[in-house]
Amino acid sequence: MAEQQQHADNSGAYLIRGAAILGGAAEDLLIRDGVIAARGRQLDADSAGVRDATVIDAAGLIALPGMVDIHTHLREPGREDAETVETGTRAAALGGYTAVHAMANSTPVADTAGVVEQVLTLGRTAGWVDVRPVGAVTVGLAGEQLAELGAMADSRAHVRVFSDDGICVHDPVLMRRALEYVKAFDGVVAQHAQEPRLTAGAQMNEGEVSAVLGLAGWPAVAEESIIARDVLLAQHVGSRLHVCHVSTAGSVEIIRWAKSRGVNVTAEVTPHHLWLTDELARSYDPVYKVNPPLRTDADVQALRAALADGTIDVVGTDHAPHPSEHKECEWAQAAMGMTGLETALSVVQHTMIETGLMGWEDFARVTSTAPAAIGRVQDQGRPLEAGEPANVILVDAAARWTVDPSKMATMGRNSPFAGRELPGKVVATFFKGHPTVLDGKLNTPYRWPVDAVDAGPAGLRP
Amino acid sequence: MRHLLSTEDLSLHDAIRILDTAEEMSAVGEREVKKLPALRGRTVVNLFFEDSTRTRISFEAAAKRLSADVINFAAKGSSVSKGESLKDTAQTLAAMGADAVVIRHWASGAPHRLAATDWIDAAVINAGDGTHEHPTQALLDAFTMRRHWSKLAGTPSAGADLTGMRVAIAGDVLHSRVARSNVWLLRTLGAEVTLVAPPTLLPIGVEKWPCAVSFDLDETLAQGVDAMMMLRVQGERMNASFFPTTREYSRRWGFDDNRLRALDSLGLKDTIIMHPGPMNRGLEISAAAADSPRSTVLAQVRNGVSIRMAALYLLLSGENREPAAAPVSVSAATSPAANPNLTYSHQESH
Repeated sequence: MAEQQQHADNSGAYLIRGAAILGGAAEDLLIRDGVIAARGRQLDADSAGVRDATVIDAAGLIALPGMVDIHTHLREPGREDAETVETGTRAAALGGYTAVHAMANSTPVADTAGVVEQVLTLGRTAGWVDVRPVGAVTVGLAGEQLAELGAMADSRAHVRVFSDDGICVHDPVLMRRALEYVKAFDGVVAQHAQEPRLTAGAQMNEGEVSAVLGLAGWPAVAEESIIARDVLLAQHVGSRLHVCHVSTAGSVEIIRWAKSRGVNVTAEVTPHHLWLTDELARSYDPVYKVNPPLRTDADVQALRAALADGTIDVVGTDHAPHPSEHKECEWAQAAMGMTGLETALSVVQHTMIETGLMGWEDFARVTSTAPAAIGRVQDQGRPLEAGEPANVILVDAAARWTVDPSKMATMGRNSPFAGRELPGKVVATFFKGHPTVLDGKLNTPYRWPVDAVDAGPAGLRP
Repeated sequence: MRHLLSTEDLSLHDAIRILDTAEEMSAVGEREVKKLPALRGRTVVNLFFEDSTRTRISFEAAAKRLSADVINFAAKGSSVSKGESLKDTAQTLAAMGADAVVIRHWASGAPHRLAATDWIDAAVINAGDGTHEHPTQALLDAFTMRRHWSKLAGTPSAGADLTGMRVAIAGDVLHSRVARSNVWLLRTLGAEVTLVAPPTLLPIGVEKWPCAVSFDLDETLAQGVDAMMMLRVQGERMNASFFPTTREYSRRWGFDDNRLRALDSLGLKDTIIMHPGPMNRGLEISAAAADSPRSTVLAQVRNGVSIRMAALYLLLSGENREPAAAPVSVSAATSPAANPNLTYSHQESH
């Protein structure tokens, strides 16, 4: 009975009244049976199919396509003390996401069809967003031998993004082979660009601040040299390359140059690299320790400009929850990483929209359309038009809130924005037509059909 | 002054106050009974996550001369690999009623973490953290320089700074907390500092520091130096290509016998040679230089106790615990002689 009840939830109808579509003119959206059934000004409330819909007054709210995170760490399997698929995807839904790419550095590593299918099933059982497993490029992230990329691609998880994120595929021959091999199934290699020898023991950005603090430096050149190599490799073998969490002005220049030469490269920036700088390390508070590290203000400005002009394609959170004991310690002992799912929208609004660099249409491109395209997530990042899948969020851009990590859905308390007042709040998230978030609070998860929990992505099966 | 974490944020006022108080403390060290009752009943914990017998016994001697109870906590090695976190260690010490924690740690910033968190409420003294700072070393170096500089000028040390003094610091600046603390403190005190090192052993960003940088020790000496400080260099650095061999390092950047003679030929008769110890004789400093009358190595050790007494006294004596305390005149109010609590204890004399 409960099952049936939840199915009934999924098939509910919602009439969103007067939302500013992509920040433009106010229109109504009718959501029914998982799709946008109608879009228009003042949909007739008495017409068939609308009458029984739950009305949501969205006056003053902006309707956007559900956000797609190309870079999330959900920690499960293996580090359920840091995060689970359940808690991480709750955080994602609250943050306005309808899909997340779960990075491969779990324990065991997601380097086999079995592990990526496990993550897929965990995601569908949770039901808050579409969890798209990322497959490891190399066995155990060890950088020595290719993982069975084809098996992961052909698995029920239908993996298209491959990454050793956290570790750079630094061997140039291995990187070349990975780029070539994934062409067989339209995959992409997402590179964590970090030359390992130049960053042995690295703790923070190498520069004026690290010199004073006596913390081992992570030089910009360690990122830029790998990106330069990889775009040339991608050009040489005609493959698709995605550069994770670009953090320096020099990297932006290299990617801009590569794109001008027609290289098939996409790039990502995290919300925190759009705002925070290495000056914060002066506190020695490890909440600001992250990889790649926070850079200088000149880098921040270059990243914002690059996101605005399309050199950088997407915002990826690199959401990296850690148990508190991994941050309540000496800087050098602390884990690298920050949470991000529940603050991304607000930080991008603050850094890109309120600065006048981008509008909400651009926001939809960098947080939904482009990441869905990179990850080949077919039913996400779509236009908000009749007939399209109903992955929609409603945002109150005028809201202001103060970040309190203890109140977040993620298990991670390591938000670098703690105590800051941010603009913008997700009011509702519709995932496959079902409201996972309503009134800014978690509602109920989407319930996948029983046979889909263990099946492949909808629409992708023969 | 609530803690002593770094010299970068130490004001000129506080620096002079510590140096002047150390002068008073030094007088105690010359008495037959080298003990004051000032910190009787207070507990000082030496929390050492890294081996350093010299620094530990210096702090221990300082605390004991002030009649404090001293607990030595050798938490050698990584706190995590040992199973106990810095947080738990700090809370343990807090529960035991530590009034001051003297911390030596291999991780830069560990003392800042103790001071900034609510793990422990004690005064924190940085006794060397990673490659960040070693403020009491810089203070004892400055104390040693100030005595020399004042003696040359024929003026009293008390209240004086180091305006005009030319100080060269040579060696592994990149990995040296001593160099960093000295650069900031000597700037505050008005000295002119030149760092001399192979380019590989200078941090990226050093050009923003308030000092000159040179790759040529002989040229630096030729331009005139009043204090020549040599830093310890680990021979193993050559394995990471910081320099080709220890011999090449010694020839180019070591204070060898030729450079010792050069001081005479350059007419630099009053130049002192300093070293924070422990020395690598034959690597960064020759035996003749280390043992020459110019060498202040042992005076630095002696002055270290006075500086650490001053730091402990100023942080733990009641009037200075309040951050909002009115500025006190250096010569009177903070003078141990003017403080009944600090006057020589006749009860303990024979």
